[in-house]
Amino acid sequence: MPATMTTTSALQSVLARQGHDGTRLMQILRETQEALGWLSPPVLTEIARDIGWPRARVESTAGFYSFFHTRPLGRYRVLWSDNITDRMLGNIDLMQAMCEKLWLEPGRVSEDGLVSVDTTSCTGMCDQGPALLVNYRAVTRMTPRRVEAMVDLIRAETPVAAWPAEWFAVEDNIRRKDILLGNALVPGEALAAALERGAAAMLDEIKRSGLRGRGGAGFGTGLKWEACRDAMGEAHYVICNADEGEPGTFKDRVLLTRYADLVFEGMTIAGHVVGAKKGLLYLRGEYRYLLEPLESVLAARRAAGLLGGNILGQPFDFDIEVHLGAGAYICGEESALIESLEGKPGRPRIRPPFPVTHGYLGQPTTVNNVETLAAACLVAKHGGEWYSKVGTTKSAGSKILSVSGDVERPGIYEYPFGVTVQQVLNDAGIEGCTQAVQVSGPSGVTLGQNELERRIAFEDIPTAGALMVFDCTRDMFEVARNFAHFFAHESCGFCTPCRVGTTVVARLMDKLATGHGSPYDIDEMFKMHRLMQGASHCGLGNSACNPMFDTLNKFRPAYERRLKSLDYEPAFDLDAALSQARQMTGRDDAAAHLANVEES
Amino acid sequence: MADRKLRVATTSLAGCFGCHMSFLDIDERLLDLLELVEFDRSPITDIKHCGPCDLGLVEGGVCNAENVHVLREFRKNCKILVALGACAVNGGLPAQRNHLDLRDILAAVYETEGGLARGARIPNDPELPLPLNQVHPIHEVVKIDYFLPGCPPSADAIWKFLTDLIAGRTPHLGHGLIHYD
Amino acid sequence: MTDNTLPTCLIDGEEVPFTPGQTLIQAATAAGKYIPHLCWHPDFAAHGSCKICTVKADGRFGAACTIEARAGMTVENRTTELDDKRRTLLQLLFVEGNHFCPSCEKSGNCLLQATAYEVGMMSPHFDHFYPDRPVDASHPDVLLDFNRCIMCELCVRASRDVDGKNIFALSGRGIKSHLIVNSESGRIKDTDFSAGDRAAEVCPVGVILKKRVGFAVPIGGRKYDVSPVSAQVGAQAPTREEA
Repeated sequence: MPATMTTTSALQSVLARQGHDGTRLMQILRETQEALGWLSPPVLTEIARDIGWPRARVESTAGFYSFFHTRPLGRYRVLWSDNITDRMLGNIDLMQAMCEKLWLEPGRVSEDGLVSVDTTSCTGMCDQGPALLVNYRAVTRMTPRRVEAMVDLIRAETPVAAWPAEWFAVEDNIRRKDILLGNALVPGEALAAALERGAAAMLDEIKRSGLRGRGGAGFGTGLKWEACRDAMGEAHYVICNADEGEPGTFKDRVLLTRYADLVFEGMTIAGHVVGAKKGLLYLRGEYRYLLEPLESVLAARRAAGLLGGNILGQPFDFDIEVHLGAGAYICGEESALIESLEGKPGRPRIRPPFPVTHGYLGQPTTVNNVETLAAACLVAKHGGEWYSKVGTTKSAGSKILSVSGDVERPGIYEYPFGVTVQQVLNDAGIEGCTQAVQVSGPSGVTLGQNELERRIAFEDIPTAGALMVFDCTRDMFEVARNFAHFFAHESCGFCTPCRVGTTVVARLMDKLATGHGSPYDIDEMFKMHRLMQGASHCGLGNSACNPMFDTLNKFRPAYERRLKSLDYEPAFDLDAALSQARQMTGRDDAAAHLANVEES
Repeated sequence: MADRKLRVATTSLAGCFGCHMSFLDIDERLLDLLELVEFDRSPITDIKHCGPCDLGLVEGGVCNAENVHVLREFRKNCKILVALGACAVNGGLPAQRNHLDLRDILAAVYETEGGLARGARIPNDPELPLPLNQVHPIHEVVKIDYFLPGCPPSADAIWKFLTDLIAGRTPHLGHGLIHYD
Repeated sequence: MTDNTLPTCLIDGEEVPFTPGQTLIQAATAAGKYIPHLCWHPDFAAHGSCKICTVKADGRFGAACTIEARAGMTVENRTTELDDKRRTLLQLLFVEGNHFCPSCEKSGNCLLQATAYEVGMMSPHFDHFYPDRPVDASHPDVLLDFNRCIMCELCVRASRDVDGKNIFALSGRGIKSHLIVNSESGRIKDTDFSAGDRAAEVCPVGVILKKRVGFAVPIGGRKYDVSPVSAQVGAQAPTREEA
């Protein structure tokens, strides 16, 4: 099947725009798919030939990411965000209704090749769900009426561009501002201050500020920049990690929507400090709709002399590019993110060496969170000492929290570090009783009622800032089960414990959910937790059992009341296992059935 | 050890009786064994249903409804239940049908394959046990206490395993006796 | 033959000398000590994916193939705790694929099987996945049976780094990870793979098999019938220094 003329010309223009450069394979694949609908075998062959890569490596990348498809998935691809917060807002019923109206099973393509409907990991719209992506454009606040209207538009084959604009409206929902969101900086102000200080002095200010990474791990930003600056290399790079994939987290989306200048300015300051000429912002595929706005901001900054050559008249050249991911949570891990930026599957590297010495293209690279880079502007403008006085001794500055779930005012809340979880709940508005708060998403910690006085700070609860709130009507087993499936879907598959373990755990949770569980299965869950926590290659596998472990300890009755018996139970329905033979023989006598409980 | 003999039951589910043959291959050691054990349900005794036993040895995986009934009977009656041989341990040869749809298999075998009589049908006599959609190793259906892999496990492996168990030791095979083939 | 000039680390209480830059598994192998492993091979860069070589170095879990030996480092290797973890990892690998040893011609020469014997794996324990992984028999000289793939990527490394061909790659993600070959048809016959390639002999399990040479050695005489894998350290002597 040779590539057709139109395919070839569309492909050639993508390849030319991306400079026939294999390290840009992610962008090549995305733009090609946007133009052609899917990535067919001959198209992959053509891309491989053009960039001079073995075809198998191109297919390896194309096959890794959820948003790339190597088979046709319909001219309309609807992906329902399936975070627990979407579930609490009724996404499953809405998706079922959509499928019924389209005469479709979830995960299947309609026979006429028109449409497919499926679920996807959290799209970062937890404060305005149920959310979905249609052809990778974010839609918020789905309702039964919107489902009906959407089905009509799909049936009529109305282009997505002509759908009602309000469906695509994404609210910022900023509820509380502190030093960062309340800043009065104008573009270039912080950068000018940084350039005036000079790179070495600016680095000192960052160290003095006590600024720590806002992605959750809390590594000292000054130390990271210094290690990168001191590392030998042909070039240095600044990478902004905007792969905000942790379910329940959406603060980077708001920063990139409303404070993009601040983020780019922070990258530029970092570039000046570490001696980089190039910065890359890795934007999660779910935020595809932000690409053009971000590129406009970049263009405006270039025009204003804040990017490009001789920035602000100084002998300092720096520019920034936005790269899009394609639906892979693991790319939030910095070395996996770098692999992805190089056109490869997002599998975390063996560390050491760390990216500060061997990062993007093997060169010294600092990878920083969106919020960290924005905060660096405050340090540049006001100085390290000023910054360090906000927050606690060990956690300087402020933290932006993404609050969702059972609160009256979900959205973005910024506080100085040290705020209690209870304070956040009070501000967000709680009706009735709160059963649990999941801090930092599935890989974080489940707090019970008696732990709400704990503080958001590196010395107590380190977090990237997600708080998902569950009131007393919620089933914490179902919360943990949702998270177990998330990890099974997002495991990169590199190491044995995570690749197979996450699926084993998800199956165990399903076994309990379908009423086949026994205490043996709970023992198995603890065993998997012990294995995966020590033996996994990266943080995903190491933390994948956290929600199960926490809920088993704090909400154990939610598991126990599901147990079928105290004896061993098979995972499958024995009577259902005879269904095909019954169908083929037409038998329905007593012997054609198996009781699921042992006959006595 | 108790003075009384241990009561032992054996059976073959979706297996080939090869493990039983290997069991008999312990040859004259059978006489030593019979000093220590007596057999309940087993191809050796022709007892049809298993009574209370100390030890049950199950060869073969679970491929049909009857296998499930027999396996449950063993689990209910045996204090210690052992998966004997590759098919009991991981489904073995019969499980190699598991990536196929049972309906396609039945149709091919009884209706569409060449050489069948005109009008051949899938048998539907209620006396026949219905096959399961997939073949399962026995530990996926009931709790299993010990596993002795091998296709078949060698007579020496079976002897070592049984003498360990009977003596109250956790069975340990070691190199040369542990085999999956 | 301990070289007194070399620094040493302590593996299971025994002093093991190493040259700076060596990983724990390299140092152990050079000293004739066995650390269970699957994806590691002395001739290729460490991969660190199977995690069978997980040890406790100075109290922290890590893969012995990626941890550099340090003077005075205390390493736990064949402890009950670690062999328990290894057994569980092996069981995960066995249920993930379709490993029917009696009908596999690699049986007796298979590193997965030998390692499972070594740590006393008596059953796969978990419920089987029984994935559907069609065999590729299209090549005149080589058969690919993906049912047994453990994603170690040794063939990927051998084909890329030694043969210079890039015949193999892993695609997919998570539990859907799978080996692919370098052709548009997806079939091995449409690549330039050859039975003489290094990649054709490096598979530790029975995925890449040369045709017409199976079952040549009778049961009893096969590689791991003769002695356990732990007694064969250094049997695959490195043919070249690791990059």
